[in-house]
Amino acid sequence: MADHAHDHAHDHAHDDHHDHEHHVDNFWTKYVFSIDHKMIAKQFLITGMFMGIIGVFMSMLFRLQLAWPGESFPILETFLGKWAPDGVMDPNMYLALVTIHGTIMVFFVLTAGLSGTFSNLLIPLQVGARDMASGFLNMISYWFFAASSVVMVVSLFVETGPASGGWTVYPPLSALPQAMPGSGAGMTLWLVSMTLFIAGSLIGSLNYIVTVINLRTKGMSMTRLPLTIWAFLVTAILGVLSFPVLLSAALLLVFDRSMGTSFYLSDIMVAGEMLTNQGGSPILFEHLFWFLGHPEVYIILLPALGITSEVIATNSRKPIFGYRAMVGSILAIAFLSFIVWGHHMFVTGMNPFLGSVFTFTTLLIAIPSAVKAFNYITTLWKGNIRFTPAMLFSIGLVSTFVAGGLTGIILGDSALDINVHDTYFVVAHFHIVMGLSAIFGMFAGVYHWFPKMYGRMMNKSMGYLHFWLTFVSAYGVFFPMHFTGLAGLPRRYYSNAEFPIFDELQDINVIITMFAIGGGIAQLIFIFNFFYSMWRGPKAPQNPWKSNTLEWTAPVEHIHGNWPGAIPEVHRWAYDYSKPGHEEDFVPQTTPLKDGEHAH
Amino acid sequence: MSGIMTLIVLVLAVLTALQLIRIFELSSKARQTAEYEVTDRDNNNQGWLMLLFGIGLIVSLFWMLYEWSPIMLPKPASAHGTEYDDLMTISMIVIITMFVLVQPILFYFAWKYRGSKDRKATYYEHNNRLEFIWTIVPAVVLAVLIIYGMTTWSNVMNPKNEQEPLVIELYAQQFKWTARYAGQDNQLGYANVRLIKDANVIGVDTLDTKGSDDKITTEIHLPVGRPVLFKFRSQDVIHSAYFPHFRAQMNCVPGMTTLFQFTPTVTTAEMRQDAEVQAKVARINQIRTEKGLEAYAYDYLLLCNKICGSAHYNMQMNIVVESEEEYAKWLAEQKTVAETL
Repeated sequence: MADHAHDHAHDHAHDDHHDHEHHVDNFWTKYVFSIDHKMIAKQFLITGMFMGIIGVFMSMLFRLQLAWPGESFPILETFLGKWAPDGVMDPNMYLALVTIHGTIMVFFVLTAGLSGTFSNLLIPLQVGARDMASGFLNMISYWFFAASSVVMVVSLFVETGPASGGWTVYPPLSALPQAMPGSGAGMTLWLVSMTLFIAGSLIGSLNYIVTVINLRTKGMSMTRLPLTIWAFLVTAILGVLSFPVLLSAALLLVFDRSMGTSFYLSDIMVAGEMLTNQGGSPILFEHLFWFLGHPEVYIILLPALGITSEVIATNSRKPIFGYRAMVGSILAIAFLSFIVWGHHMFVTGMNPFLGSVFTFTTLLIAIPSAVKAFNYITTLWKGNIRFTPAMLFSIGLVSTFVAGGLTGIILGDSALDINVHDTYFVVAHFHIVMGLSAIFGMFAGVYHWFPKMYGRMMNKSMGYLHFWLTFVSAYGVFFPMHFTGLAGLPRRYYSNAEFPIFDELQDINVIITMFAIGGGIAQLIFIFNFFYSMWRGPKAPQNPWKSNTLEWTAPVEHIHGNWPGAIPEVHRWAYDYSKPGHEEDFVPQTTPLKDGEHAH
Repeated sequence: MSGIMTLIVLVLAVLTALQLIRIFELSSKARQTAEYEVTDRDNNNQGWLMLLFGIGLIVSLFWMLYEWSPIMLPKPASAHGTEYDDLMTISMIVIITMFVLVQPILFYFAWKYRGSKDRKATYYEHNNRLEFIWTIVPAVVLAVLIIYGMTTWSNVMNPKNEQEPLVIELYAQQFKWTARYAGQDNQLGYANVRLIKDANVIGVDTLDTKGSDDKITTEIHLPVGRPVLFKFRSQDVIHSAYFPHFRAQMNCVPGMTTLFQFTPTVTTAEMRQDAEVQAKVARINQIRTEKGLEAYAYDYLLLCNKICGSAHYNMQMNIVVESEEEYAKWLAEQKTVAETL
């Protein structure tokens, strides 16, 4: 058995590496203020999971309200206190929950939790580097993220409630404490939290870019990089170019809120008070916000696609189909993502000509996306598919990426957007295409690289159960929302009982909530599996998935510098699976080319 | 009491978890192969589940399309609405076709190529012709959709008027709508939030003579067949005027005026006679009777569709489309700004 051979090799590595540790770690430098990328990756993951639990739990609470509006649920009073007197949710709290759910899922879970975890874990290990270019900055990046998470969680407990103006925090609603309670101290903390978050994200991204460009091992040319690394690199570039714009938007909002400026405010009377602000425009904020906001979608999605490329190729035991096209489509998507932000603003009253331009650029994204989807499917073709839980989630991702991407063709078309803008159709679209796809990518990543992170294996059967419950309930939650959206139901409505025309939709709302609660509870299986396996799972062999990439040549036990002895040299691309002329169905990147063997 | 119950439940949960852990450990020890290794049997089971899911997904799509199409919006009540619905139908056909082609292939492959120890995958790294095909085909389909969409967009946003549109201002504030009709001259007088004072609740400039014949109302009445140009203002935060029955929407942004024009083509009375609408209303009223709520009659509505505060979910206004005579009669009953201030 090959595995035993690897175990054996691993034992030797284990013996060797002790001479390699140059300093002794104490608890603080090892677990808390670590500068080792592997530990920082785990810190990002655990923090992201913690925030994810909060975010998902919030969605279950507001789904209760949506299915049975105005009914009393004691659980709501338990968790929301004065915001749910007698167990009936307050409308302000409903808006706060959807706002914080969105913020947490988009930024804390799917940006920091996903990119932070896997860029940190995999970039040095897969390009063959001892660590990130700057371990210190890497640590700082995590601690900015941790601080921003703390501030965001603290904001849930302020007297006037957390930010409630939607995760897009459009002013004037978010700028004026008189407009809603959540725009008071809660919004201030939201802005502080996001500022810290952006600072951390920028430091992290710069570090990723420098590491990929400069610290590749001998032989690791750009065209031999695994697609994960391509995805992380392009994601980091997107972050560096777009997050500063959100930071400036947030700073101007801080000025408007606290220092009497009028960047976004003009001619406003709120709560009986005439404001003196004049000359600003909320549309400016929308432009700045979405200039980040749209690339942000791909900051979330690309790492998940990168992980999927790796997982699908490894577990189909086939090369990823069309490597160059995959890289090209990542680059094309990234470029286009900067010139499509206006499709979020078709009905803001911007010049109709601009609407046409943004329709054109937006629908162009469907082309590289289609290439990716077809290439994934062709990778499965004539494969020898091994259904690990990671593989299941990756196939799930391809399915949701296709399902959600297709509805983008409707929403990206300015003419069609008029009547479905801000309805549940949009909620369905973006949850499927970026929410589900990204979270599936994240699950795939955790299942696949758990042995690399913790040196132990996760339980397979629990993984299967977790996948199927999650997959079925995910479609069960979001597929019916297309229909409520087409029926004209606006999003962010506390209740649709005020409109008799929507009475017919209530049954669908109940179905959605059932799936949401079921799907939420199913995540407990994952959490249990994760923590149980961390301590009690079977010990991992060095290369459990018989994978080609470099991280599996590093010893199971984590050491500073990743490899005892010299950094391995790379001789081929990462996708020589089932290559004719080789006995095994995988050929690690470190294997030299045979005489007369064609590099890919 | 509930505190003790919670405690008991928590203790029981922890005990259950501990027992489960024991069972897992014992059972994995009892088994020969490592628990994480994927066996041919796993591949077989998961492959079949994939196939089943794929079939289920397509079946449930068609079930939903069949079951829920009656509860979608009824036929459009505006001139451009028909064009909108045509574009929507064609786009939907395109994306549903793609969905029904691609998803089954994905799940079929997952099933068909489920792994086995006796097989080896085919080394197949790329094929330029294939990749060229699936770049070009979507590009062509999208080109058609883009051109069709842009044409529709341009028709909707720059309508050609055969008659002068009726000008109505829609004024949004937390959490209600107010309408201002332009009066005899069909020209709105200047207005600004800064001019709000006492009874002048939406800030009409009383010195502007164009405004003295304006009429402020709490309901919108529209004459059928005449283009209406809406001018939107907001007093406080961003709102969005959403007219789902007319396939129209435009944000109301404080500090600026936005525009949207459409022509209502079906009167409220005609709509109430429509067979589809009658069936819809009957179903809704059945639900309402069961819940003990008052009966509902079909009306066009204006909704707020941009998060605007606590009562965002209940910011609505009734819209009545009627004949030119009925409309003239209703408008004559409304007071002008000059009369009210």
